[in-house]
Amino acid sequence: MSIGAVAAMRLLLRRELTLSFRRPEQLLQPLVFFLIVTTLFPLGLSPQLSLLREMAPGVLWVAALLASLLSMDGLFKSDADDGTLEQLALSGQSLGIIVIAKTIAHWLVSGVALVVVSPVVATTLAIPIEAFPIMMLSLAMGTLTLSWLGAIGAGLTVGLRRGSVLLSLIILPLAMPLLIFGANATDRAIGGESAAGPLYFLAALCVFTTTLAPFAASTALRITLE
Amino acid sequence: MSAAPYCLEVDRVHVWRGDRHVLKGTSFRLEGGELLHVWGPNGTGKTTLLRVACGLLRPEQGAVSWMGRAIHSFAADYQAALAYASHETALKSDLTALENLRFTVGLKRAVEGAELRETLAKVGVGACADLPARVLSAGQRRRVAIARVLALRAPLWLLDEPYTNLDTDGAAFMSAMLDAHVDQGGCAVVVAHHDLALGCRVRRLELSA
Repeated sequence: MSIGAVAAMRLLLRRELTLSFRRPEQLLQPLVFFLIVTTLFPLGLSPQLSLLREMAPGVLWVAALLASLLSMDGLFKSDADDGTLEQLALSGQSLGIIVIAKTIAHWLVSGVALVVVSPVVATTLAIPIEAFPIMMLSLAMGTLTLSWLGAIGAGLTVGLRRGSVLLSLIILPLAMPLLIFGANATDRAIGGESAAGPLYFLAALCVFTTTLAPFAASTALRITLE
Repeated sequence: MSAAPYCLEVDRVHVWRGDRHVLKGTSFRLEGGELLHVWGPNGTGKTTLLRVACGLLRPEQGAVSWMGRAIHSFAADYQAALAYASHETALKSDLTALENLRFTVGLKRAVEGAELRETLAKVGVGACADLPARVLSAGQRRRVAIARVLALRAPLWLLDEPYTNLDTDGAAFMSAMLDAHVDQGGCAVVVAHHDLALGCRVRRLELSA
């Protein structure tokens, strides 16, 4: 009678993506934020290419981090507010599947979108084209990790009325390693050095959160549902 | 549906919300072919009892069992057997009525769009199937939520104030639906602050402050 986990996941992913595309302004908000922050830096600092290139990895990563955080707050909130989260929790599917589907959908519409526009931003920050693949790869892994961390934070704070501030406080310290290794990988790629070291660290963080965050987030969610 | 011995049992359940002792040893036993009407003044824990019964809320003391087994020992199977309608209609305003149904009913059983359309039509909102829930009136939203309960085809219904916002026709339909469900051997727990005009076997549980 009941449908399998894979079919449920597919249905949930479709639900999340449909909902995101019905709200284009929410979809574009982090992207626009990312673009604005990164284009303001050259204006505020100096248009000197060497200086820009030196600052670029840090600017890029801080902007990506904050942009991703911006959309994190709503991950479970809107479903909790209108009662659909209860319906999902009572669907007979495990909360883990719901968390995984929602987080992957979040990453697809926020993280992947950031990765796609990052070459444009990188050009304004004078990052050479040769560094683009490493930069995009590190951003992809970094934003996925961030989405997982955010899922835990969002699960913990969904029941609170002013949860978004607390959410940032929970996630940002955990995101520091991402910032360090991500910016370092991009920096090394710009300098033409091997970025394997920081990339391995990013990949390890990515695998670590992908495997553990669903458990943590679904437990957090179960507690808030009570 | 009539062959299986459905039975929901809530045994001396205690729930505290902060300092408030909301449910004080509430018990009931409900068998297939019976409807339990939970009533009482506001703030006496009617909704809390329903949330305990569907497993969203674990009671501090006491047990809930379905067909003789504690519900937390087989949560997924138990939840597949129940249809819960909260006092919120639980519809996403950006999705159409049909999509709303497809994405919740579809998680429990494989379902075709045509069947869901039929269910919506039966409840009297067939024309709204492709409209976003945002533009529906409160009564129409309630009807869509009722259509979801019907479409879930679950033996156990847990309904929180299902008559809210319904017009006379809608209320009559709701009652007929409950009668049919219970007469076929299903169970239903209905929270309502008014009398229910039903033909089926109704038991009453009064909660007091």
